[in-house]
Order: sequence, then C-alpha cells, then structure tokens
Amino acid sequence: MIIASQLLPCGAHALLIELGDTRAVLAAAAAIRDRMAARDGAFTDVVDVVPAATTVLVTIAGPDLDRLRSGLLRLESAPGPDGDAAGAEVVVEVHYDGPDLDEVARRTGLEVAEVIAAHTRTPWRAAFGGFAPGFAYLVGGDDRLSGVPRRGSPRSRVPSGSVALAGGYSAVYPRTSPGGWQLIGRTDVSVWSLDRDPPALLAPGTMVRFFDADGTSS
Amino acid sequence: MTGCVLEVCATGPLALLQDLGRPGLAHLGVSPSGAADRGAYQLGARLLAQGPLAAIEVTAGGLVLRTHGEVMISLTGAVAPADVDGHSVGYGAPLVLGDGQTLRLGAASAGLRSYVSVRGGVDVPPVLGSRSSDTLSGLGPAPLVVGDRLPVGPAPLDFPNVDQAPTLPPTGGPLVVHATRGPRSDWLADLGQLAARPWLVSSRSNRIGVRLEGATPARDPRRVDAELASEGVVRGSVQAPPSGELVIFLADHPVTGGYPVVAVVDDADLDVLAQAVPGQLVSLLLGRD
Repeated sequence: MIIASQLLPCGAHALLIELGDTRAVLAAAAAIRDRMAARDGAFTDVVDVVPAATTVLVTIAGPDLDRLRSGLLRLESAPGPDGDAAGAEVVVEVHYDGPDLDEVARRTGLEVAEVIAAHTRTPWRAAFGGFAPGFAYLVGGDDRLSGVPRRGSPRSRVPSGSVALAGGYSAVYPRTSPGGWQLIGRTDVSVWSLDRDPPALLAPGTMVRFFDADGTSS
Repeated sequence: MTGCVLEVCATGPLALLQDLGRPGLAHLGVSPSGAADRGAYQLGARLLAQGPLAAIEVTAGGLVLRTHGEVMISLTGAVAPADVDGHSVGYGAPLVLGDGQTLRLGAASAGLRSYVSVRGGVDVPPVLGSRSSDTLSGLGPAPLVVGDRLPVGPAPLDFPNVDQAPTLPPTGGPLVVHATRGPRSDWLADLGQLAARPWLVSSRSNRIGVRLEGATPARDPRRVDAELASEGVVRGSVQAPPSGELVIFLADHPVTGGYPVVAVVDDADLDVLAQAVPGQLVSLLLGRD
C-alpha cells in the first residue's frame, strides 16, 4: 500500500506519508487505525494520525521511528467501507442564502435551486480536519459541485455556522474566522461545542446530510 | 494545603496557565499546546514532587502573586529576578511562602519564559483533558488578569526531596539550534542556505511560532510559484513561506500548514527556541538525516 519513497522525514517523532489524492489518504488512515485497534506493536506509540488532502502525518511519543516505518510499509487495506470506518450520520439544516450562492451557480452552470439540490442530494463524509477545532473537510458530494474554486480573495470575517464549498470539499465553519471558501448558506447547528462529548460534531468518518431548511421537501 | 489561593496582582506582558497540553486531538483540529519550554516546566514540577499539574508560564517577567494560605512553589526557566516580600529568592529550588506573602518577578535579563509552579497545581477545570491556554484557538483557561484568584489543588503524596537543581539559565547571546531535513526540503534550491548565516528573532514571534528574519532562501526553480496542499505539521517544523521570514512552530502551532516544511528542529532545542527574545540571533545547524 505504501512504499518507502512515500515516507518523508519529519523530525524524530513523525513521518509524513505522501499519498497524492484524498481517496488514498482515507484508505491509508483507515488501515492505520485498523492496526491500532488491533494493537499492532508497530503502532502502539502513535499519538496523532493527521490526514489531509494528499498526505497523512503520523506522530509517535517515543524515539522508535524505524518501528513505525516498518509498520507503515507493511500496511494493507483495511476491511470495511470505502475509506474511513462508517461513523454516525448527522443531519445539518441549512438556510441556503449565502452571499456566494449566485457565484457558485454561475461557476457550475446550474440554477441556484439546482445547486441546493446537488448539495442536499447525496450524503457527504467528513474526511479530515485541521484548520480549526471542529472544522472538517467533507467529501463525496455531487460531482457537479466539484469544480467550485476558492474565492479570489478571502473574507476577513466568515460567520460561525457558515456552510461553504471549495475545491471539491464542503464544510461548516465552527466559529467566526477569516476564510476563502464560497459561502452558500448558514446553519444553526453547532459543529464544535465543549459542552458536548465529543466536542466535534463532524469528526472524521461522520456522514453528513444537508437539508434545505426553507425548501419544499424533495 | 487545600483551600489555598494565589491572587494575581500583576501579570506582566502575558501570563498563562500551562501543563503538558492536549496531544492526540490533531484529527479534530486541536493543537497540542502546553508549556513552550518543556524542560523548565517539567523541572518545576519535579522540584515539587508532582506530575504535570498546571503552572504559570510568565512571558517577559512582571508577575506578582499574593498568597492566601501557605503554599510551596518553584521558579524555573528564564531568571526574572524574584523576591518574596522584598527578600530575594532563587530559581531551581522549592520555596515555602506563608499566608499573605507577595511573590514578585522582575524582568529577565536573558530568556523569555519563566515558570511559577505551585505544589498541588493551579486547580481550574481542564478543557479536553488539559489546563493549557491555547493562544491560537482560545481553548483552555483565559490569560491571567489582575484580580484572578487561582485555586491551588491538593498536595500530591510524594514529598519534595531535591533542595536545589542548578541549571544553565537561558543565554542572551547567539543561539545554536539543530535541525534535520524536513518533508519538503526539496522545495529549496539549496537546503544549506538555512545554515549559511544567522537569523534574527522577530518581535512577531509568539507561542504559535518563532519568526526569523533573514535572507529569503531561494526556491527550487520548479517550485517557484507552486502551492502546497495543507498538510499535518509538528512542533519544531521550519516553514519557508515565499516571503522570506522563516517560522519555527512552537506549542500552539496550527495542526496543518500550507507552506513547505524544509527542516524540523530537534526536540531538545525547542526549549532553547522557547526562550528566544526578539533581536536575538539564531543559527540553524543541519544534522545528518
């Protein structure tokens, strides 16, 4: 699954695995977690598994990187659903009134109603996080939305709960922050809350269905 | 010693609660955080015969605390001259303060971060398993402000048995920091340029990272206008953005970064960097891969 040239050096306690695309990332992350659940000796020291768009970073507590390296080189695909283990399914109600909805319609060649239908039609899956606590990159949505680029210039203030698209991903902003994604709507659902356990609603593996709060049911 | 309180009478430029942070939550976008100078923080805990309980990380001195109840403390890290009710006290030793005494830290003449540890730890509710203040996301306790009353936790079972732990205090002179090749070292035309001359610690440095000013290292011609998809980064990562300022990530680093990591600083030298003061010179030495 992984060959030696894909393992990039990252200090005394980590290796960065270069995988090239998100599908390979999810498969590798799933395989690693499968080994950890099986208490494989090469992975008992792992602190973090950080998938991203084309890479997975694996960090360990101790100094034995060689043991981790051997474990990664003998990884095989984990059994089970494609990519990540199936997690909980979450429904996110969205008011589709985002400031970039028209721009997204223009970019995709769809009517606004069709953009909304495309966003809500298929379930998305939280592939990985990283940008901020609770921020998840969602994949697997309708193909027609996959070509939507980031905004030419980012906004200095994206309100918390904003629902967004960019680069083939969708996301819900966990709190107000700067951001460069196209905003198509907003939700009252809180995707990050310290009062909840776990605090992240869209942890990697979670399935997400978006629902048009203001539309007629399809 | 339960029921004791440390009252904050002055904070200096920045005083934060820190422990060993909240590692293992990167997949949720949560930075590890924790004490920037691990060695100094851990020595402070050892002097008080306790595990990683919450201590106060003092940046550039200036902290003033008044005790309510008898407490035992230790001072480690940058030597910000300290006194209790006007009497000088030393670093690297357990100190007993009686009820109603005032600990005052001046400004350190070298180094940046001092640790005031208290036996029993500062007992505020943990957030995601840690009492560390994450200055990037805001997770954890807020920075200390005047008037804060910090509860002291129950004393641990072990009793301190070290009178004094002499350590070399941080230096004000040029720092030497060792690093190894990073995952994206091939984005630079010549990695050796990092070590060619010293860098200057920028005043824009903070717990997220130390920023180093100096000559922009040239990019490999094939990467000149390239962009990198964000990827996981570790503490000690040396990022080379196109602008020229290097960033070396410290405790509150973001979980992922979009600039190439060309080198990674050795663990032991991260504590050295955590004590770097704006204007100080830093030389990077690249080790064997």
